[in-house]
Amino acid sequence: MSQLSTRHLLGIKDITTEDIQLIFETADNFKEVLNRPIKKVPSLRDITIANIFFENSTRTRLSFELAEKRLSADVINFSSSNSSVKKGETLIDTVNNILSMKVDMVVMRHSSPGAPHFLSKNISANIVNAGDGTHEHPTQALLDAFSIREKLGDVAGKKVAIIGDILHSRVALSNIFCLQKLGAEVMVCGPITLIPKFISSLGVKVEHDVQKALEWCDVANVLRIQLERQQIKYFPSLREYSLYFGVNKKMLDRLDKEIVIMHPGPINRGVELNSDVADSEHSIILQQVENGVAVRMAVLYLLAGVR
Amino acid sequence: MQKRLVLDQQQIAIILKRFCHQLIENHDTFENTVLLGLQPRGPIVLDKIAKTLEEISGQKVNTGYLDATFHRDDFRRRDFPLKANETKIDFLIEGKEVVLIDDVLYKGRSVRAALDAMIAFGRPKKVELMVLVDRKYTRDYPIMPDYCGIKVNTLESQYVSVEWTEKGFEKDAIWITEKA
Repeated sequence: MSQLSTRHLLGIKDITTEDIQLIFETADNFKEVLNRPIKKVPSLRDITIANIFFENSTRTRLSFELAEKRLSADVINFSSSNSSVKKGETLIDTVNNILSMKVDMVVMRHSSPGAPHFLSKNISANIVNAGDGTHEHPTQALLDAFSIREKLGDVAGKKVAIIGDILHSRVALSNIFCLQKLGAEVMVCGPITLIPKFISSLGVKVEHDVQKALEWCDVANVLRIQLERQQIKYFPSLREYSLYFGVNKKMLDRLDKEIVIMHPGPINRGVELNSDVADSEHSIILQQVENGVAVRMAVLYLLAGVR
Repeated sequence: MQKRLVLDQQQIAIILKRFCHQLIENHDTFENTVLLGLQPRGPIVLDKIAKTLEEISGQKVNTGYLDATFHRDDFRRRDFPLKANETKIDFLIEGKEVVLIDDVLYKGRSVRAALDAMIAFGRPKKVELMVLVDRKYTRDYPIMPDYCGIKVNTLESQYVSVEWTEKGFEKDAIWITEKA
């Protein structure tokens, strides 16, 4: 099968395991393209893509833009901070105005969960969700799982602990869906205040002791403390969080096994992850960034390829 | 289904041997030559030629697999995107003489895409095309093979199927078959 079961990538929840495998196989090919002397292919040369970011982003926006340019698409960028959204324009009006300039695909990040789902019901272009509030961030989950597959050979049967601010994390939810679809066991770990109340109903283990989580897992995906989403205080201080929930070299030295450390970025060094871990041989953080471009190229190629 | 044998195992083996001698004649020591199998069906022909070349001349030739899926001109003109295959070229082709190898030459569109894809690995000095079967009068592009196993007359309603023992068939064979 060489076709996705969907016209949009709104969330991992909505796609099948076969879709994920197809994206990975296509990303393998694009990763090879990215290591050529000329890293560009003409596949999307007659396609225009709008990157619409209603929320701040560096890594994801750059990664999408690079993926689009490597595929030879025409790219327009939009960020809400310097747009008519500030003047009171609605989401549909903003997007329809952009689409009337003959745009074929929309990559959107929005602070409201479900915004891309809403948009997909109202416009004809293909939509890729680049993060919607605390809901999903599908391409991040795909590149995380792709990086695990690359490092460990397979995702199935692996134990993955997601450590940190699960409550405010769209990466956590997409990762849970993606890893489970690929046959991995998932654990979430963090302070009790930052673990959603009914998370175990998703079939994940819950742990509050980071050392125990590290002992259990093959891969630890450490998440950022999302202070910008926290309306109230969930823990007394960053220093205390770091003391009880930060991952450092000493903890890894106590393990009698190999472990892979991941982080979706940006890292708060010294808070959730110490530099001696982030820069260690256990870390595949920079490989994640590299894989992000290949995975996003695969997603755009597969979505755009349907007539 | 109606099937007509074009080449049997022995005939294919003779052609592959002929190809090898022609290559030795034209490329001598293969110092500046690389052979590229065009995915998905060229690599199997390439592997056989590389093996026979080594047997005949004792020379190991630089070989690679080239996939041109991302360079095709029918993207978004099909119902769904084509699945890509592995490209495996561990060298640059800058200044090299390249022999592109495929099993069947039909419209010429795959070869056009391959010429485009190849440039990502450098600017070759010269490119030649080697095919086992040339379907006559079917070309969409002005592309002709430099090395050809057999030329056949075919209709639009027919396709050429190539069977290899490596792919689980009893014998190597090339057939013309009516499309279902």
